[in-house]
Amino acid sequence: MSIIIDGSTKLAVSGLTGREGSFHGLRNKAYGTDLVAGVTPGKGGQDVEGTPVFDTIAEAVSEAGANTSMIFVPARFAAPAIDEAIESGVETVIAITEGIPVLDMLSTYWKAKEAGVRLIGPNCPGVLSPGKANVGIIPDRFFDPGPIGVVSKSGTLTYQIGNELKQAGTGNSSIVGIGGDPIVGSDFIDILKLYEADPDTELIVMVGEIGGDAEERAAEFIAAEVSKPVVAYIAGFTAPPGKQMGHAGAIISGSSGTAQAKKDALEAKGVRVGESPTETAAIAVETLRGL
Amino acid sequence: MDLLEYQGKQLFAKHGIAVPSGEVADNVEDAVAAAERIGYPCAIKAQVLIGGRGKAGGVKIAKDVEEARRYAADIIGMDITGPHGEGPFRVDSVWVEGGSDIAEEYYASIILDRGEKKLLAMVSAKGGMDIEAVAAGNPADLTKVHIDPTAPFDAAAARPIVASAGLAEDALDKAAEVLAKLAEVAREEDATLIEVNPLIVTADREVVALDAKVTIDGNSLFRHEDLAEIADTVDDPQEQMAKEKGLTYVKLDGNVGILANGAGLCMSTLDVVAQAGGAPANFLDAGGGSKAEAIVNALEVIKSDAKVTAILFNIFGGITRCDEIAKGIVTASGQIGLDLPLVVRLDGTNFEEGLAILAEANLPNLHQEKTMLDAARRVVELAATPPAADAGASE
Repeated sequence: MSIIIDGSTKLAVSGLTGREGSFHGLRNKAYGTDLVAGVTPGKGGQDVEGTPVFDTIAEAVSEAGANTSMIFVPARFAAPAIDEAIESGVETVIAITEGIPVLDMLSTYWKAKEAGVRLIGPNCPGVLSPGKANVGIIPDRFFDPGPIGVVSKSGTLTYQIGNELKQAGTGNSSIVGIGGDPIVGSDFIDILKLYEADPDTELIVMVGEIGGDAEERAAEFIAAEVSKPVVAYIAGFTAPPGKQMGHAGAIISGSSGTAQAKKDALEAKGVRVGESPTETAAIAVETLRGL
Repeated sequence: MDLLEYQGKQLFAKHGIAVPSGEVADNVEDAVAAAERIGYPCAIKAQVLIGGRGKAGGVKIAKDVEEARRYAADIIGMDITGPHGEGPFRVDSVWVEGGSDIAEEYYASIILDRGEKKLLAMVSAKGGMDIEAVAAGNPADLTKVHIDPTAPFDAAAARPIVASAGLAEDALDKAAEVLAKLAEVAREEDATLIEVNPLIVTADREVVALDAKVTIDGNSLFRHEDLAEIADTVDDPQEQMAKEKGLTYVKLDGNVGILANGAGLCMSTLDVVAQAGGAPANFLDAGGGSKAEAIVNALEVIKSDAKVTAILFNIFGGITRCDEIAKGIVTASGQIGLDLPLVVRLDGTNFEEGLAILAEANLPNLHQEKTMLDAARRVVELAATPPAADAGASE
C-alpha cells in the first residue's frame, strides 16, 4: 500500500496548459499516474497530448471522473483555484504553487477542513508513491518502492535523503512533501497518522526545518499515537536569528522555533535525529534492519 | 517584511487607529526642525527593526531644542543590538513625535498562529514592558483569544477580549475598536504580526497606539503597491544586488560562500559547513529549475562579498538540471573572472552531463566532490588557505 495517491488516483491538473503544468503533468502521466484531465478556464475542449482540458474542475470530476486535483497556477490566482478544487468534489488537492499569500491560505485551509477534503501544500513538491503514482515535481528516479514513509517540509532535502536510502538498497511506501509555508493544508501529524495506519510502512522519516512549532507538535503526537519507529532530520541550525521584532511568536507556541528546540523536543520523545541528511538516512537503514 | 515603527503607524492611521502625530528625519537638522514644529516635550525614537531599543538608549524625551539636538545626534548613527544578541543594527533615521499624556499602558497584538491556523488576538493590562516576561510571570495577565476565521471581527466581537484583559472600564469601547481595526489591518494589509506596546489611554481617555511592530507577508506585495516600495529599500549591497536579480539571499558573517538549490538543502548545507568547522558567508537558494544565467547572477552576488574566500556549490537536481548548473559555472568563470576556489558537488537530474561539462572546461580553481559532507570539508579547508598558497596547490 501507500498513502494519498496510488493506482486508483485519477488526476486533474489545473494549469496543464501552462509551461510548468504541462511539463510535470505529462511527466506524472509517463510515470503511470492516471492523468484524466487538464483544467484551464477558457480552454475547455482543447487537449494536451491527448488529455482533455475542461473549463472547471467540477467538469473534470463529472466528465472525466477526477478524484485528485493538482494546482499548478500562478500564486496570485492559486488560492481561488484551490477553493474551486475543494468545492468540486475531489477527495485530495495537491497544491504545488509557491508564493501564495498566507492570509489567503488561512481561509482556504478552513474551507478544506469543512468540506472534508485532504489538502497537501501549497509550496510543496507533491506526493510520490513509488511504482504506483506521482503527483507533483518529485523526481521519481531517486526513489524505489519500499517500507519507509517520508514526510518533509523541504523538496531538495527529501531527494537527497531518498537517494541515500535507495543507494542503501531500500525504498519508500510514499514520499509526501507537505510544504514549508506558514500555513499548509496537512501538517506532519496528518501524514504521520496515515503512515501509522498504512500496513506497508514500517518506518517513518520526518524532515523538518526552522520556524513554527509543527515539529514540536509532531513530537508529542509520536509519543502518544505512533507505534512505528520515526527518524528525523531538522535543517537550519546555523540560520541567523533574524531581525526578530515582536515577541508574540514565541508566546503562542512556547517554543523558539529554532532547529535546536525542535531537535530537543523530538529527542525528548525518543525520536532519533540525524546530524546531516546522510546520517539520517544511515540511522533509518540501521533502524529498519533491527526491526 | 518588517516595517519600521513610523511605517507601521502610517498603516494604522490609514485604518483609523489613533497614533501620535510625528515626522521622520534622517539627519540632526531635520530632526531638530521637526521637533520645533511639533513642540516640547517630544519623543525622539530610533527607527530600527529590533526590539529593546528603549533600553539601548534609542528612545529619548526632549524638553527643549538643545535636548532635541543632543538626542538626535546621539541616536542617528548609533548601533543597536537586540535583546537576544541580534544585530547590531545601525540607526539611519529617527521618528520625532509629540509627547503623550499617559494614564494607562496596555498591550495589544494580532498574530498569525501557524499551529492553530487562525489569527490570535492578545491583550494585556500590563503594557509598556517586556510582554514575554509578563506572560512568563503570570500567564493570566495576558488574554489570548483566537479569531474565528469564518466570521467578521468587529468592535462588538473584540469587546469581551479587552474586557477580560481587565482594561479600564471607561476605555473598553475604544480599546475594542482599536483591536478590531488591528485585525482589519492584518486581513486587508496581509500583516502576519501586529504588536502595539504600549497601547495607551491618555489623560482625556483616548486610546492611542504609541508603538507599532508590523510584519507584512512578502508573498502579498503584488497587491500592496505602497508596501512593495518599502520592500525595495534594502541596506546591504549584496542583498540589494540579489533582490534586483531575483535571488533569495541572506548575508551572514563567515567566509564560505554558499549556493544550493532549495531552501531546505541550502539550510542543511550551512549546517554541514558549520559542522565541518567553517563559517558560511551567506544563504543563497538558487531555486528550482535554475538556468545557467541564474547561476552566473548568483556567483556574481556571492563574489561581490569581499569576505568570501571560497565557494561551495551544493546541488541536488530535481527540477533543476545539473548540466544547466555546470554551464552556468563555466560561463561565470569566463564572464566575471571567478578566481576563488570553487567546490562543486552535483547530484541528481543530469549529473553525468553536468560533470562532463565541468571536466571539459577544466577550470584550475574548481574542485569536485561526490558527497555533501566531503564537499563541506573541502571548502572549509580551502577557505582557510591563503590565496597565494592555493594558487600554487592547484597548478
